[in-house]
Parts: sequence; structure tokens; C-alpha cells
Amino acid sequence: METNSILETIQMISEEKLDIRTITMGISLLDCIDSDGEKARQRIYDKLTTKAKDLVKVAEKIESEYGIPIVNKRISVTPISIIAAASDDKDYVAYAKTMDKAASELGVDLIGGFSALVQKGSQTGDDILIDSIPQALTETTRVCGSVNVGSTRSGINLNAVKKMGHTIKDLAKVDPVNCMSLVVFANAVEDNPFMAGAFHGVGEADCVINVGISGPGVVKRALEQVKGQPIDVVSETIKKTAFKVTRMGQFVGNIASKELNVPFGIVDLSLAPTPNEGDSVAEILEEIGLESVGAPGTTATLALLNDAVKKGGVMACEHVGGLSGAFIPVSEDAEMIRAVTAGNLNIEKLEAMTAVCSVGLDMIAIPGDTTAETISGMIADEAAIGVINNKTTAVRIIPATGKTVGDSVEFGGLFGRAPIMPVNTNSPANFINRGGHIPSPIHSFKN
Amino acid sequence: MKAIITVIGRDQIGIVAKVSAKLAELHVNILDISQTLMDGNFTMMTMVEWQDSVKFENVKTSLETLANETGLDIHIQRQEIFDAIQKL
Repeated sequence: METNSILETIQMISEEKLDIRTITMGISLLDCIDSDGEKARQRIYDKLTTKAKDLVKVAEKIESEYGIPIVNKRISVTPISIIAAASDDKDYVAYAKTMDKAASELGVDLIGGFSALVQKGSQTGDDILIDSIPQALTETTRVCGSVNVGSTRSGINLNAVKKMGHTIKDLAKVDPVNCMSLVVFANAVEDNPFMAGAFHGVGEADCVINVGISGPGVVKRALEQVKGQPIDVVSETIKKTAFKVTRMGQFVGNIASKELNVPFGIVDLSLAPTPNEGDSVAEILEEIGLESVGAPGTTATLALLNDAVKKGGVMACEHVGGLSGAFIPVSEDAEMIRAVTAGNLNIEKLEAMTAVCSVGLDMIAIPGDTTAETISGMIADEAAIGVINNKTTAVRIIPATGKTVGDSVEFGGLFGRAPIMPVNTNSPANFINRGGHIPSPIHSFKN
Repeated sequence: MKAIITVIGRDQIGIVAKVSAKLAELHVNILDISQTLMDGNFTMMTMVEWQDSVKFENVKTSLETLANETGLDIHIQRQEIFDAIQKL
């Protein structure tokens, strides 16, 4: 019996908050398509409640027997814009309600896939879906939506970028908190287990299990042991720690897949923070040597962290996928919140950080009077970073209707609290209102 | 099934006796045992094994009851998790 290894593992789980952030079951809804919307929704409901009927039970059993917290159980489905397009429904709110009902009955925390992929252009189903987003996400509690507006291969759909600025504003009008369920992507991935952006791509198998790990606290604690040592040592330490964290994801995914008799898809190697103390990505950067996240050097340390996590994790699991890197959601990271409140971290620095981390401008509250065009401008900038650098980027921002800098938005639980950040108020309206399509970059022509 | 039981708490007379008596009652076999005092806390680690006819939930619940009675922190986890994380 290797007592040191056992103690280390127990410490990782109990003190350093190592957990499985999510087991996400991806379910294809392609076989639920029907020209009669009512019938399609019944099939969707039946398929979800059949395929995922044991998901929560199995996850809870794994938690109990192996002592690993599994924070969320989730489902992702084929983008509804594709599934509903065959029907003559004029809005898709009823589909979101069907998803919500199934999720609630199954006891899963979130269900993603109220989504549209419009990077090159939109079909009627995409337009209807995007128009339905504000009502759909307002009238449901567990449904998440996403829209992919650009890709390295296709460029950026500026019409969609423009539209999403208005969609986000409309969604925020009823309650800004609803905006946490909507993400705008460039280079969206089809096997992402994390919300709000999870959907089940059309190239995926009928049903798969994907696992998202967590564990910033474990990395931080490991780095405390190598204070003052060269940056190479930091990188090696992160790699070794990421290896262990990922092994747990692979292990849990294998068991879940076996117990549910569903193929195991991927492990997403993301470091996902929570607002709990000691579970912060920003604290890792500060442990590497920044006085506060946001200081010069933030982008470099984040780049190193992101890369080392991937290098350590890749060997630890069979298939890597999803977003895989470090997340920097402001509201979900206690140290990020502190840095923003103290004026040490601004949106421009966060934007630079998104060029080297796994997602984008995430869970950021902005003043309620920010215009739709400004939001579109932020989306366009993020999409450009993703498209040019061949990586996923995303925008999940919350225009805090009726509030301004100095106030904050409370999301509760895992999603935390977002202090409202100032936004550059110079208007990009003339650029956004041109509409059209930003061509794909030269390096996309690889054939 | 193999599992690792960890017992942590204020040192007191009869910890090992109480835990092992409970395990015997549950038909759980002790394969290995190690104990130490860390920062004044009694820390015991036990590798155990039992036949499939004994349910994990039953063992866990009984140990939780013992934990409540004694004020000790008792955890049980299936052994595979430790290998998965620590071994190639």
C-alpha cells in the first residue's frame, strides 16, 4: 500500500478541490427530425429520457464509490436549428421547453444545443433559432444556447455578428442573468462538454460520454512547492499535475461509459475555476509571479499554463477534445473578481489573454447602456482572434440592464458574481452595420 | 472489491479496535494497515477487500455511522482510483 500516493490523492480531492466538473452525454437528435414540430419534440423528449435515464444515477454512484465529486451532469444535443428546420414552426421556443422538461425530469443540471452554426451563412432554421433565443432562454432554466459566427475555414459572418449583438441585448432586457446561458463562438468544437457552449456535432456518434475536468487548486498547490525556481520547472510541474488530474477524468469517463453502455468520447483538459477560494486560475498566474492577474506578464504566464496543461494531459487520456486549456471566466474565479474590483484587470487585457487560453471573453458583466453594435464589435474582435489563430474563441458577456460600473451581477453557485467592467464607448456601428462576410484568412487554404 | 479506508481524527484509545471490529462484522477483510500521528491527528489507512455479495453502499453507510459515533473522519474509496491517478 503506497500511503504517500493515497494521501496525495485524498488531499487533491479534499483540500485542493480536484473534481470532475462535468460528465456530459452527447445525444444526436438527427433521427428525431419531423416535418411536424409536435412529433419532432415528442421524439426528442423520448430519446433524451431514454438515452440519459441512468446518467445521474451512474454519476452519483461513481461519486460515492470513488470519492470524487462530479459537480454537474449535463446533456448536449445536435444543434436545434438543424433539427427544427424541417418543421414549419415559426419559432423554436417549444423545442427549448422540451429540452428543459427532459433535463429537469432526468435531474441533469444543464442541457446544451439550442444552437446554430452560421459561420458561412444561415438557413431558415438558423434565423428562426437565433430569433427565438431571448424567449427560449428566458422561459427555461436549464437550457443553454450557442451560435458559431466564424471559423478559420470560413471567415466571419458579420451579419450574424451584428444580429448577436441585438440578441444579447434582448436577452438581457428581461434579466441580465439569462445571458450566462448564451455563448457566441468562433471555431466552435463539436465535442465540448462545457456549458454554455456544448452541443453535439453532426459528425459525432449517436450517443457519447464526454468528460470535463477541473482542478486549478491542485496546480496552484503544486506550484507553491517550486517557489523561485526557473520557469522551466514551473512548466514541468504543471505538466505533471495536469497528467494526474487528467488521469482521473479518463478513469471516470471509462467507468461512466462502461456503466451506461455508451462509447467514451473525449476528456476536455480544461482548468475550470469556481468562485470558491483556492479554485482559481488567476491564483495560479499570481503564484507564478504576478502581483495581480492583469499585470504585464499575464498573457505570457497564461500561455505557459495553457500549453503545459495540454502537454501534461494529452498523454494521460486516450482522446483529447473539447476546448482543452485554461478557462478565464471572470465571475467564476474569486481572484479574477478581486482583480477587476481593484482595477487591476480590464477588458482589453482579458481580450489579449483570450488569444492564448482556451476560450474567450467569458462571464464578463458590462454596463447596461452598452450598445448592440459595441457588443457586436467585441464579438467580431474575439472571432478575429480565433479565426486568425486557428483556435476556439467565444464571447459570453452580460449587459447589466439598468446598472453601470461599480455595480455587479450575481449569478449564484458555480457561476459567481461579476463586477461590471467599463467598455470603450467609441462606436464601431458603421463597421458592424456594413454587414456581409469577412473572408477566411490566407492560411486556411491548406488543401 | 478492494477499497481504501482512511481514518483521521483526534487520537483516542481503541480507534483501530473499533474500525477493525466493524469491518469484521461486515465481513470485510483487512489486507494492509498503516497508521501514524500527523500534527497530533491519528491517521490510519487500510486496504480492505470483500466478496461481491457485500454491497459497497452497506459498508460505506456502516462506516459513516461509526464515524458519527466516534467523532472520527472516516472515508472509503474504491482502490482503482488511486492507481488511475498515480500509475502509468
